[in-house]
Amino acid sequence: MTNKDGRFGVHGGQYIPETLMNAVIELEKAYNHYKNDPEFNRELTELLNEYAGRPSRLYYAEKMTKDLGGAKIYLKREDLNHTGSHKINNVLGQALLAKKMGKTRLIAETGAGQHGVATATAAALMGMECVVFMGEEDTKRQALNVYRMRLLGAEVIPITSGTATLKDAVSEAMREWTSRIDDTHYCLGSVMGPHPFPTIVRDFQAVISKEIKEQILEKEGRLPNVVMACVGGGSNAIGTFYNFIEDKDVKLIGCEAAGRGIDTFETAATINTGKLGIFHGMKSYFCQDEYGQIAPVYSISAGLDYPGIGPEHANLHDTGRAQYVPVTDDEAVNAFEYLSKTEGIIPAIESAHAVAHAIKIAPTMSKDEIIVITISGRGDKDCAAIARYRGEDIHE
Amino acid sequence: MSKIVEAFNNKKAFIPFVTCGDPDLETTKKILRELQANGADLIELGIPFSDPTAEGPVIQGANIRALKNGITTDDIFDMVKEIRSEITVPMVFMTYANVIFSYGMDKFFAKCKENGMDGVILPDVPFEEKEEFVDAAGAYGVDFISMVAPTSEDRIAMIAREAKGFIYIVSSLGVTGTRSSISTNVKDLVDKIRKVTDVPCAVGFGISTPQQAKEMSDISDGAIVGSAIVRIIEQYGKDAPVHVGEFVKNMKSAYKAS
Repeated sequence: MTNKDGRFGVHGGQYIPETLMNAVIELEKAYNHYKNDPEFNRELTELLNEYAGRPSRLYYAEKMTKDLGGAKIYLKREDLNHTGSHKINNVLGQALLAKKMGKTRLIAETGAGQHGVATATAAALMGMECVVFMGEEDTKRQALNVYRMRLLGAEVIPITSGTATLKDAVSEAMREWTSRIDDTHYCLGSVMGPHPFPTIVRDFQAVISKEIKEQILEKEGRLPNVVMACVGGGSNAIGTFYNFIEDKDVKLIGCEAAGRGIDTFETAATINTGKLGIFHGMKSYFCQDEYGQIAPVYSISAGLDYPGIGPEHANLHDTGRAQYVPVTDDEAVNAFEYLSKTEGIIPAIESAHAVAHAIKIAPTMSKDEIIVITISGRGDKDCAAIARYRGEDIHE
Repeated sequence: MSKIVEAFNNKKAFIPFVTCGDPDLETTKKILRELQANGADLIELGIPFSDPTAEGPVIQGANIRALKNGITTDDIFDMVKEIRSEITVPMVFMTYANVIFSYGMDKFFAKCKENGMDGVILPDVPFEEKEEFVDAAGAYGVDFISMVAPTSEDRIAMIAREAKGFIYIVSSLGVTGTRSSISTNVKDLVDKIRKVTDVPCAVGFGISTPQQAKEMSDISDGAIVGSAIVRIIEQYGKDAPVHVGEFVKNMKSAYKAS
């Protein structure tokens, strides 16, 4: 889907300081070499299967299906992966690639902490140094993940600049990369940033839709009507969509974090409230003011609390191939509780945004239609925050 | 030939940077007068951006202070309009791609021309992405300033060949901010540039002392000083203009003492 300049329609590109240009060119060359290298692919598949626990299950949510009384609902259980989210798929790929490139140090940004934990895990496994940048606000919201990263041997640097959330962590990781390139790979966690990151991360996450396709064909003998996932930068969503893009009858739905609502300033729904811009290495849609200043976005979910969206999603929106819908904090929290009580599965608050939209549309669909929801991560990390949201103060 | 070249005519250029609206636009105007009076040959005006990814903490702070005051791109054009007749040296904007893109490329560069801005420096627009900016800027005779970094290596010839105005040599890895020493072989970068173009080269990132400014301008065509000036503004606020003037005077006298 990427053209030669790393563009998806008008989106994408490489809007980064000159200092980093040779680093991304070197990365692109290395990736183009190793992605077709049988030995690299054998090693990566072994890591994904033996270490991360792939393939992940496609689970028929029978109680939820019956309760909602409409479409048949399947859950793609990325929450069952090692480290508890889909982030490990990309991280194992990038860490292996970095190692082949002779890098000895990984740096990463993280929002909810899931990507940071996955990167710290891969670094521990492969004997690499690891530094994770995390907004100070998020280190408070996700204190358990900060501890996990440190336990895994990573250094966590709290970022106090700007809104002290994911966007500031990305900015700081980029700044760090410009100061130390030789031994360091920036392990970007989403399908965003300068080319080739949106393509590399997409390819490593595409295993999600590859498996969904095989599994649903085996279970149902046909493709689903809808596949859906939550979208911040958009890595689990592009992974969920990718192998269905050419299957025009499969509807693709991305669920954005609307925070307190898209008619308020406390939102992170980029497609629904943003406009075209250039930031963090890419041309895409961003929440911003009329002078191009990036907006201080808000969502209860630290992982979706980002003012932009990956360039391939921006293009899927432009072409109408995918639909992007806003889901509020309230709806997501209700869905978090609903899936826990109905199926005994505690989803990440990020993933709960997708569950919330499924709760809305499943009853409007017929019983012979199929929805697949990607549960991008597990929700243990969110329990304290959701308890607080409900007015209950628990200590982790 | 653009006005920027005048800054380098038979002299080493001293190029100070200041973020517009830090602490307010009236002070910025006073600082601009001081910069010129004390020998600035070209002035870089920063348009603040919410997320300046190429800046270290000092200039990040200036951006935040200016934006907290509600400074907009239109306010800055108005300020330039008011002061341009007094400031005779060339002036260029330093900002980020989204500030110009969101304003509207054509509208932005038309206003640059209208208000006498001579060039634009965009640290997040490398050679590969410059075309749409260069085209829009060129239509109004505004120079798009190219940057060369210590990591540019085989890219230098390609960048230098298409450079206009002057070439901004990034002295060090990392972001803007003062450094006690500059370890890059800047002379080597200049030599590589010289092989393909005679467009002047000025060195920036990390220069804070008269000694550093002299060293860098000796091996190139000029020195750019940002964070060291912004730190004075941070310290003295509205009283900064006279202190900035004093600082620039010291820098310039180092140029002469050879």
